Amino acid sequence: MTLVWTALAALGVLAVLGVPLARRATGRWVVYGGSLLACLVLLWAGLAALDAPPETLVLPVGLPWTGAHLRLDALSGAFLVLIGVGGAGASLFAIGYGRHEHAPARVLPFYPAFLAGMALVVLADDAFTFLFAWELMSLASWALVMADHAPDATARAGFVYLVMATFSGLALLLAFGLLAGAQGGYVFAQMRAAHPAPWIAGLAFALALVGTGAKAGLVPLQVWLPLAHPAAPSHVSALMSGVMTKVAVYGFLRIVFDLLGAPLWWQAVLVLLLGGITAVYGVLQAVMQRDLKRLLACSTIENIGIVFVAIGLAMAFRANGIAAGAALALTAALFHCLNHTLFKSLLFQVSGAVLVATGTRDLERLGGLIHRLPVTAVAALVGCAAIAALPPLNGFASEWLIFQAVLLRPDLPQWGLKLMLPVDGALLALAAALAAACFVRAYGIVFLGRPRSEAAAAAHEVDRISRAAMLVFAALCALAGLFPGLVVDALAPVVQPFAGGRMPVQGGEDWLTLVPVDAARGTYNGLLVGVFILASAALTAAVVHRLGSRALRRAPAWDCGFPDPRPDTQYSGDSFAQPLRRVFGTLAFHAQERVDMPRPGDMRAAVIEKSARDPVWDLLYAPVGTLVARVSDAMNVLQFLTIRRYLGFVFAMLIVLLLALTVMQ
Amino acid sequence: MHGLSFDIAHMLAGSLVLVSFLMLYQVRLTALLHALALHALVLAASVAWQAHIQDAPHLYVTAALALGFKAALIPWALRRIVFRLGIHREIETVGGIGLTMLAGMALVALSLQVMLPVTAMEDPVAREDVALALSVVLIGLLMMVTRRNAVSQVVGFLSLENGIILAATGARGMPLVVEISVAFSVLIAFIVVGIFLFRIRERFDTVDVGALDAFRGGRA
Repeated sequence: MTLVWTALAALGVLAVLGVPLARRATGRWVVYGGSLLACLVLLWAGLAALDAPPETLVLPVGLPWTGAHLRLDALSGAFLVLIGVGGAGASLFAIGYGRHEHAPARVLPFYPAFLAGMALVVLADDAFTFLFAWELMSLASWALVMADHAPDATARAGFVYLVMATFSGLALLLAFGLLAGAQGGYVFAQMRAAHPAPWIAGLAFALALVGTGAKAGLVPLQVWLPLAHPAAPSHVSALMSGVMTKVAVYGFLRIVFDLLGAPLWWQAVLVLLLGGITAVYGVLQAVMQRDLKRLLACSTIENIGIVFVAIGLAMAFRANGIAAGAALALTAALFHCLNHTLFKSLLFQVSGAVLVATGTRDLERLGGLIHRLPVTAVAALVGCAAIAALPPLNGFASEWLIFQAVLLRPDLPQWGLKLMLPVDGALLALAAALAAACFVRAYGIVFLGRPRSEAAAAAHEVDRISRAAMLVFAALCALAGLFPGLVVDALAPVVQPFAGGRMPVQGGEDWLTLVPVDAARGTYNGLLVGVFILASAALTAAVVHRLGSRALRRAPAWDCGFPDPRPDTQYSGDSFAQPLRRVFGTLAFHAQERVDMPRPGDMRAAVIEKSARDPVWDLLYAPVGTLVARVSDAMNVLQFLTIRRYLGFVFAMLIVLLLALTVMQ
Repeated sequence: MHGLSFDIAHMLAGSLVLVSFLMLYQVRLTALLHALALHALVLAASVAWQAHIQDAPHLYVTAALALGFKAALIPWALRRIVFRLGIHREIETVGGIGLTMLAGMALVALSLQVMLPVTAMEDPVAREDVALALSVVLIGLLMMVTRRNAVSQVVGFLSLENGIILAATGARGMPLVVEISVAFSVLIAFIVVGIFLFRIRERFDTVDVGALDAFRGGRA
């Protein structure tokens, strides 16, 4: 606890130091270097807390008679590890990447504050501290989103983000208010001990789902995420996507599993439904994006959906007292959180490197970067393979565990769950397949082929420190995929109290095999699969190289064998997405294409226009926006009344209240 | 003794309401200021009587403050302002005196209806005082709403404040600090408003608040 406290204080000092140091070149080193150290300390403390008894600390600040309660238990520790890993990676990357900042004064002070806010959320042990840290996290990240405020799109993203963050904070405030009850027990220990009436608990659950879901990016509360995450500087995008969404997941787990006690089956159905829809919606959006960072942000929505499906499974099993299933699903959820932190941080760093190298995030202006950015290309390949859930990388391990939980198919008594499980399995399978397509597209268009613009042709590799950060994360992705048993064992003490059991001990298995329930029901061995893939790929490459190279003959270039030299003739991102857009987009997003062919003899180019609408925005947000605009238009008159009329309003209100008082007596 | 002291307290509080009614239909500003001075005088008497029957000497200070500031200093200053602004001869169109008086009566009925059941358990002196004080406050507010001249709005505000003082002194055990701070806040408000009057006048050549509205309406 002392370590954590020191790290938090250090982050606070760095946030203050960021203001005067922003003008100097050393500022970057001090702030990001200091954040790196603080994150490593948080990581260390989180690891130590995993199998240690909970530690508490009460500070004499905050709400009167309550103080600020902090608590470091296994669940906090697990998420502190995520914050530490993600934060350390982003800080390391930023030491190099920060030199490209347009206005460092707009980033440096808020960056450590953002990290401290996230760490404080997972440590908070009373509602006031939790909400304070939650809002600190929201506001600091909002300031970071607005760092490059010049484009109109950023201002809009910032506004939408602020509205949604406020909404999320409000929902959580109400949820805690309900949990605290009439006596106002705002300390989490009091909430755990209280047993609210079923309808209050249900309402608090719904509010917690809305409040944390809005932060995590759960459909239909995800609208801000594809706008805000790409607008921030790349290392901040990595933090927002890789870490902040996990902090939201933490909030949900803390409230639902810890404060509310045992989950109910209808709650599980709700979470499963929303999670499945979110996964498919996110990946469908991602596969159609042209902007690299937006694509990554949409893919974050997909991964949050997967995590929530796993959490929903854990709730369903827990509600029916199936400890093994609950432990499996909850472990899988936490494992996937870790994995997403790793590969999404990596991929956002890659997008930052590409942005610096070429000055653009538009897929249609990139291409062929594998020749110009070899190190980045390797790291990106690992990240794309991991997020596409290809073995032997980490994405496969956690998604495989989730599928094992879906396929466990125990006898769940509730019809809602019986119907929901196969549906979710199908949605997850669809999302996984589409995610693979999405990242084949992303990698292929950005790194393979020929450059689609002069900037891409003249790209140059980023600095050493940024490259090192990317390689470290690529290595972590590979390690977590090759040795998933270690992660699962480390998560066991986190899962134990909430699932009522744990997964089988993985440490004793031969060859580091991953055993979800028992060895007879299917196992996975990342190491062996990895060795096999490596060996067979090397063998294939050697054979092709030997036989294929020998078959190579040089001959005069004949135009038939040489493609059109213009890069426009390549397969483009839009053409890759077109089949998927036609199959799924027509139904889900009203995607339409219109071809404008010139008349015969006309020399102008043919134009193809495509359009897509977001049903969530159209059905949910647009009506609310229209309503708010109409009401405020109507209320606008009130701003230009005479003094006497204002006085008259006050007077009339007073009279009405007094009359009401008289009548009510 | 109890019956008599109650009757006198009741009479003084009732007189305050009566003077409030008096102020409602004064169309000349000088007459209105005289009514304000009378209002404060009645208030001072009422507070002094409360000091006597509650045996609370600090209330005498409040009474002296009311007498000094509200009955003498403020009306005198307002009178100077009115003369310096040269509006002492102006007749203000209040509009529908009968209607305003009826509204005032309705307000008194309302406040009695609200207050008497709520305070059923309390000391009868305090009950009546609080109920009548509420009517003074409401009538002051009504005056602020119906008047167009900034000076008469200030007068309405001051009479409203007198009602608050009456309510505060009627209740036993109100600390002196509260009363003094209320008195000072009124004094500050008076100074601010006085300065504003001159600024308004400087800009618009009138203290009719309608001119302010016209000015703002032009920008709206």
